[in-house]
Amino acid sequence: MGANGRRKLALLAALLAVLVALPWLFPSAFHLRVAALVWINAIAALGLALLMGLAGQVSLGHAGFMGIGAYATALGPKHLGLDPLLSLLGGIVAAGLLALLVGRPILRLKGHYLAVATLGLGILVHLVIVSEVPITGGPDGVQLPRLELLGWRLAGPGTWYAITGASLLLAVWLALNLEDSATGRALRALHDSEIAAAVVGVDVARHKLLVFVVAAVYAAFAGGLFALFNRFVTPDVAGFLRSIELVTMVVIGGMGSIAGAVVGAALLTVLPQALTLFHEYEHAVLGLLIILFMVFLRQGIVPGLAALVRGRFRSPA
Amino acid sequence: MAEFLQLLFAGLTTGAVYALVALGFTLVFQASEVVNFAQGEFVMLGGMVTVFAFKAGLPLPWAALSAVLVATAVGLLLHRLAIEPAKGASVVTLIIVTIGASILIRGLAQIVFDKQFHTFPAFSGDEPLRLFGAALLPQSLWVLGGAAVIVLGLWLFMEATLLGKAVRATAANRLAAELVGIDTRFVLALAFAVSAAIGAVGGILLTPITLTNYAQGTLLALKGFAAAMLGGIGNPVGAVAGGLLLGLLEALAAGYVSSAYKDGVAFLVILLVLFARPQGLFGRRAIERV
Repeated sequence: MGANGRRKLALLAALLAVLVALPWLFPSAFHLRVAALVWINAIAALGLALLMGLAGQVSLGHAGFMGIGAYATALGPKHLGLDPLLSLLGGIVAAGLLALLVGRPILRLKGHYLAVATLGLGILVHLVIVSEVPITGGPDGVQLPRLELLGWRLAGPGTWYAITGASLLLAVWLALNLEDSATGRALRALHDSEIAAAVVGVDVARHKLLVFVVAAVYAAFAGGLFALFNRFVTPDVAGFLRSIELVTMVVIGGMGSIAGAVVGAALLTVLPQALTLFHEYEHAVLGLLIILFMVFLRQGIVPGLAALVRGRFRSPA
Repeated sequence: MAEFLQLLFAGLTTGAVYALVALGFTLVFQASEVVNFAQGEFVMLGGMVTVFAFKAGLPLPWAALSAVLVATAVGLLLHRLAIEPAKGASVVTLIIVTIGASILIRGLAQIVFDKQFHTFPAFSGDEPLRLFGAALLPQSLWVLGGAAVIVLGLWLFMEATLLGKAVRATAANRLAAELVGIDTRFVLALAFAVSAAIGAVGGILLTPITLTNYAQGTLLALKGFAAAMLGGIGNPVGAVAGGLLLGLLEALAAGYVSSAYKDGVAFLVILLVLFARPQGLFGRRAIERV
C-alpha cells in the first residue's frame, strides 16, 4: 500500500471514528437530526468539491441538482405510485442526464461566464419547481410518506443518523478513489492548465463533463436523502441561496480537500442552528462570517490548519 | 398594437434599471476584475433609505439625496473592509466575499428597516399618459430619462476627464497604469462609490412603480449580472444594451407566454447566448496566451 492508500485509509478511519463517537457525545434527538443534516449536506458539498477543487470548474447552481433529487424522490411515490427508493434512483439518473446534456456547452465557458451559466441553470430548475404547482405543490412544498424497507419502518433520528452517516462514508470512499485514479490525475492536470493537459493527451472536454455529472449525481443523491429524512421538501432546497451555501461549504472547508468539504458542511449546517437564538441577526451574522472566513482564512479551514500544524513542527520552537 | 406598445414601455422601464445595475457591475469589473454580487443591494438601499427618510419628514429630493449618500458610503465601506483585504484571492473567493456582503447588507436592512413593502409618491403624479392606446406612467419617463442622463454622464466622465481616463487606463492594464503614476487603489474605490450611487439612483427611480423591500436586491443583482454577461462583461455599451434587451424580453415573455416564468427569461436567454457565443453578444473573443 502506497502513501496515497494510507492517507485514504486514515481519512476513512477518522471519519468512521467521528461517526461512531458523535452519538455517544450528543445523544439527544435534536443533535442527531442536526448531525444527519450535516452528513447530507456534506455529500452534496463533496460532489461540488470534486468539481471545484479537483477540476477547477465552478457551479453556482448546484442546488438545482439537489432539488431534482429531492423532488423526484418526493413526487415518484405521490404521482406514479413508485417505490421511494426507486424514485430516488430515478432522480439521480435524471440529474445525471441533465448534467450530461447541458454539461458540454456549459463547461466550454470559463470564469465568470461559467458562473453565470450554472447560476442560470439552477435558477431555472428552482423556477420550474415553484411554478408547476399542480405537480410540485409550488411554494408550499410537498409531503413524503414514511419510508418502509422490507417491512421495516425507517424512522427516528438514530436510524437516519446511521443511514446518512453510512451514505457519507460511501460517498467519501468513492470520492477518494476518483481522486486517486487516472481520471483524478487527468482532472488535476486540466485544472492546472487545460492546454498543457490536452497536449499530453487528456481529453479535456470529456473529463470535465465526467466530473460535472459526478457532482450532479452526488447532489441529487443528497437531495433525495434529505427528502426521505425530512419527509417534507420545499423549493428552497433548489434555491440560489442553497447553491451559494454549497459553494461556501467547499470554499470555507478548503477547495480541493475532501475532508474540507465535510468540515465546511458541518460548519454551515450547525451555525444557522446555533444562530436561530439570535433570530433577527441570523442573516447579518452569516454574511459577516462568510466575509471574515474568506478574507482571513482564504485557503480554507482544513488546508489552513494543516499548513499551521506543519509550520509548528518544522520551526524549532 | 396597443398591447405590444404597453409591453414595450414596461420592458424598457425595468430594462433601464437592469442596465444601471449592469453598468455598476461593469464599472467595478473593469477596475478590478471583481464581480460585485452586492450590486443589487445598492438598488435596495436607494429605495429603502429614501422611503424611511421621507417618512421621517425629509422632503423627497433630500430623502433621495441621503439615500444616494448612504449607498455610496456602503459601497466605499464594502471596498475598504471586504474587497481590499481579500486582494489577490481567486475569482470564486471574491465572488463569495461579495455574496457574503450582500447577505450581510440585506440582514442589516431587515433589522434597521423592516420586512414590509414600501413606496413613496411618484415624482410627477400617477396620471398615466395615453400614447397610441397604451398607458405610460410619468414615473417610467423619469426612469428612462434618469438612466439616459447617468449613461451620458458616465460616458462624458470616462472620455473627457483626466480621472475618467485614469479609470480606463486601469481597466486596460493595471500594472501599466500604476507605472505611469495612477493610484489604482483610489480608482477602484471610486468605481465602487460610483457604481453604488448609480444603483441607488436606479432604486429611487423605480420604487414608485414596483415598490421595494429589504430582499429586493438579490434578483436584481442576478438579472443585472445576466445583462452584463449578455452584453459581454466589461463593456459599458454592452451592459446598457444587455439590460434593455433583457427588460424587453422579460416583458414580452410575461405578456405573450407566461408571467410565472418571467423571471426565468433572463437566465434562459443568457444560457442560449452563451452556448452560441461564449464571449457575450458584444464581447470580443478572448485569445488565450500560453
